[in-house]
Amino acid sequence: MSVVVDVLALGCLLTGAFLCLTAGLGLVRFPDVLSRMHAGTKPQVLGVLLVMVGAAIRLHGWSATWMLLLVAVFQMLTAPVSAHMVSRVAYRRRHVRRDLLLVDELRTAEAQDSVHRGDEPADAPPDGRVQPS
Amino acid sequence: MSGPAAVQLRHQLPLLGWLVLVWILLWGTWSWANLLSGIAVALAVTVLLPLPAVVGGLRVRPVPLLGFLGHFLLDLVLSGAQVAWQALRPGRQRQSAIVRVRLRTDSDLLLTIIAQTVSLVPGSLVLDLDREERTIAVHLLHVRDLGHVELEKAGVLAMEDRVVRAFGSTAEIAALDPGSDLSPQGRSTP
Repeated sequence: MSVVVDVLALGCLLTGAFLCLTAGLGLVRFPDVLSRMHAGTKPQVLGVLLVMVGAAIRLHGWSATWMLLLVAVFQMLTAPVSAHMVSRVAYRRRHVRRDLLLVDELRTAEAQDSVHRGDEPADAPPDGRVQPS
Repeated sequence: MSGPAAVQLRHQLPLLGWLVLVWILLWGTWSWANLLSGIAVALAVTVLLPLPAVVGGLRVRPVPLLGFLGHFLLDLVLSGAQVAWQALRPGRQRQSAIVRVRLRTDSDLLLTIIAQTVSLVPGSLVLDLDREERTIAVHLLHVRDLGHVELEKAGVLAMEDRVVRAFGSTAEIAALDPGSDLSPQGRSTP
């Protein structure tokens, strides 16, 4: 019986670790900040959750389980917030690959001036660029 | 402190309860000493670092809440797998998009929950939230064409629907129905 439990915990831990690895890979492979933030939130959160589940199965005693539950809850609460803050700043400073965007409704909205001019990084693509097909 | 200190305390009660719960969970065992010290710590935190009171509050409906949680867990697993595959997939990154979706909810707390959830479900990440216009700007990691973009927008609205049905008041649920004063579509000017 305990073998089954161990295998279950092992599966959770390994899958979680693998998902965290893909989050890291995504950070390297994705082309711009906004896409990278996707990698930093979703597989990351799921990976941490799975590691927590695996650890909760393997560790005995409720006190550890409660702690792991808290880690999971705070991970889910904080990861979207930090990703939002980073990507918001990135968008405003035009760290965006506009040639990869199919539509950008934030830019065509009347909130044009929310894109700060003169604040962009040196390697930002020119502002007037329309996406080439 | 002004007169309605009792009202203020009542607004802070959920926060106090949450802080005490976190404290007890951190200690891992239940005891009266933990409870009392937790209350002391929670009071100290709320008095020393006051936060603006959250108006409105939540009304939790159990059955829609279960539906929402089930959907959310499924979405979480799906989105993790999807983005992981995007990261591993050979070849270049495909097109993404930024869209604005006008929500029908007008409550700070509900908007927070919606924005959090949208960031965790497949393919979307909240970029900006215009509180007065009630629009959120969402970055979509991977879109195929314009039809797919519309599909994703509908997905955000469906998510709002589930959140409001699980946590919203009767008036807020009524505001979800089409035919009310606002059109549910985001303003999608080309």
